[in-house]
Amino acid sequence: MAGSEADAARALARDRRARVLQALGLTAPLLVFLAFTFLIPIGALLMRAVENPEVARALPATVAVLDSWDTVSAPPDGAYRAFADDLLAMAEPADAGGLARRLNSELPGARSLVMGAFRQRESFATLDAPAAKAAFLALDERWQQPELWRVIARNGSRWTPDYLLASVDRRRDATGDVVAVPEEQAVFVRILLRTLGIGATVTLVCLVLAYPLAWWLSTLPVRKANRLLILVLVPFWTSVLVRVAAWIVLLQSEGLVNRALAGLGWIDRPLELLFNRTGVIIAMVHILLPFMILPLYSVMKGIPRDYQRAAVSLGSHPLGAFVRVFVPQTLPGVTAGVLLVFILAIGYYVTPALLGGPADQMLSSSVAQYANVELNWGMACALGAVLLTATLVLYGVYRRFATGEGLTA
Amino acid sequence: MPPCLPRLLAAVLLSGATAVLAQTTVTVVNFGGANGNAQKKAYYEPFEKAAGVRMVPVEYNGEQAKVKAMVEARKVTWDIVETESPDVDRGCDEGLFERIDWSRIGNKADFLPAAVHDCGVGIFFWSTVIAYNADRVKEPPRHWADFWDLRKYPGKRALRKGARYNLEFALMADGVKPADVYKVLATPEGAERAFRKLAELKPHLQWWEAGAQPPQFLVAGDVIMASSYNGRIDAAQREGRNLRITWTGSIFDVDFWTIPKGSPNRDVAMRFIAFASDPDRQADYARLISYGPTHSKTLGKLDAKVLANLPSAPANAKDALRFDFRFWADQGEVLEKRFAAWAAQ
Repeated sequence: MAGSEADAARALARDRRARVLQALGLTAPLLVFLAFTFLIPIGALLMRAVENPEVARALPATVAVLDSWDTVSAPPDGAYRAFADDLLAMAEPADAGGLARRLNSELPGARSLVMGAFRQRESFATLDAPAAKAAFLALDERWQQPELWRVIARNGSRWTPDYLLASVDRRRDATGDVVAVPEEQAVFVRILLRTLGIGATVTLVCLVLAYPLAWWLSTLPVRKANRLLILVLVPFWTSVLVRVAAWIVLLQSEGLVNRALAGLGWIDRPLELLFNRTGVIIAMVHILLPFMILPLYSVMKGIPRDYQRAAVSLGSHPLGAFVRVFVPQTLPGVTAGVLLVFILAIGYYVTPALLGGPADQMLSSSVAQYANVELNWGMACALGAVLLTATLVLYGVYRRFATGEGLTA
Repeated sequence: MPPCLPRLLAAVLLSGATAVLAQTTVTVVNFGGANGNAQKKAYYEPFEKAAGVRMVPVEYNGEQAKVKAMVEARKVTWDIVETESPDVDRGCDEGLFERIDWSRIGNKADFLPAAVHDCGVGIFFWSTVIAYNADRVKEPPRHWADFWDLRKYPGKRALRKGARYNLEFALMADGVKPADVYKVLATPEGAERAFRKLAELKPHLQWWEAGAQPPQFLVAGDVIMASSYNGRIDAAQREGRNLRITWTGSIFDVDFWTIPKGSPNRDVAMRFIAFASDPDRQADYARLISYGPTHSKTLGKLDAKVLANLPSAPANAKDALRFDFRFWADQGEVLEKRFAAWAAQ
């Protein structure tokens, strides 16, 4: 008896194991795909946002000497000697270039100081510490500024919170306290808020436009609704760039819209529809509208009309029945559509770049600026991390307030 | 079996033939548009014939991120890149480009000094100028102060997005002489002054990023004036557009050929650069688009009409400013960040 029970338990366990293995086998290709295309790149991005290898790699001796420096008095002569040693020890000129870029991003002018010294490094070879200091100062007086050496000392470790702090307009001061950056340098918080604002506006407009349309589509016979849905989907298949270009043609001051309005005699001067917030919102709503219509439609389609009819037959006003019976049942679709549109919208880059003015650029344009133009990838990754965090926080908020099933629609 | 044999034979022969025909493919990256077309005609097509290689042009807007990514990943697919001067200097320091073997290019002394770099060979001189549509602007703007004059010239203006050039233009509009611009801009008060001047235009500004945009804006009537690469206006004129240039206060610079470090075709690339630096090739290019040659012997091959449109023509260069790439290599990041903060307000 006991033996057969143990046998049964073993068989059960074996069966369970087989099922787990089977499930793993079936999902493995997707998991591997996600790991390589999604999780690892995002991990690398987050790593790069806090990584700070340049100074630690290029200036090990200097960093060691500066360890015992009080960061306020004049930098020790030994630091100049150590800096010369580090320059002489560099295997590749690119190390000096990387160091120059890193220091320059915190202290403008450091690039030419470092590269100037690097080109002269052979002449420092045999000098003792005071002579080395004199030689550096002879090259350029700015070598004596304590700020330069503070920047080196501060970046001596391989990891830094500086990029992340900078991406929310904060920095570490000379004593290591986190403080706000000066007003004329503060930019990212404002751009982040604007990004969220544009995202919210676009989402709201999409919802207002899509809700009645989706409702109307859901009342039609399936064949007719499908035919109309194709009209919703056609723009979906066109490249975003093409659609943006089309909006430029339509909205420019002598474009179709302005000419039509002027022809009708409704306006005397062309409306400014392009290169401002209006143009950005119009085009983004157009591009993102299908992402709102489709989840709304699919949820509305599944709601039996009988409930509304029942409410009306029990004495409710048709409008009251719509608001109190139908609308609550569409909330899963609303949640899904809002989340989808909002998350897509806050990542927009091309549309604001082409249709917006200077005050309409979103956070992605800052990411592009640092990645493409400044080649400061730490900063680009930190800004990316900020955007990712904002998205995850909002997603978390939604999870709390929305019903769980809303996200499966 | 026998009917199969000829087919088999043909297949073998064909595969042999394709092997013979398989050429070296060289990817060359330029700024596209009218400039890209002129390079294609003057440089790529003749070189394809002369060297028996295939040139594949790719367009970009000067972003160095791809070069950096390729070099870091040691998988370089760009062989020759048209690069702006500050990026050549910075990329050279950071090990993004191959060193140029000048003995293979030609006599260094034949090139204008500004066109010689350890990591690059100057392709052409170009200018950022004031451009306007003569159909809409009756009285030509004379200098940057007019560009800033909203009462005399109401309407939107287009400037290249970013701090580069615009801060210089703002200072010149504020009365700083071209020779003093970088001296003033290097001081905190000077930078403040430039941003304050730029702020006067802010509500009337439209940014451009690609060189093809300013002539489009001008033709469409979206802006009344624009900063623009002079060659793009020249190209629009050739298409019959009534666009004009004001050269006073223009900023000129050199674009370079560079070879990303680790390019598998660096030998062919070096040959191409030598080929394209020949005075006859440069003259062909200058006839197609009004950018100034870098080889001193090219000018003698051009007629007066072409010369008059080049940034290097004495009348055009008289009140021009040479772009200081070293200034921007040092101050660029902080000024660009400040610009971004300013533009965002």
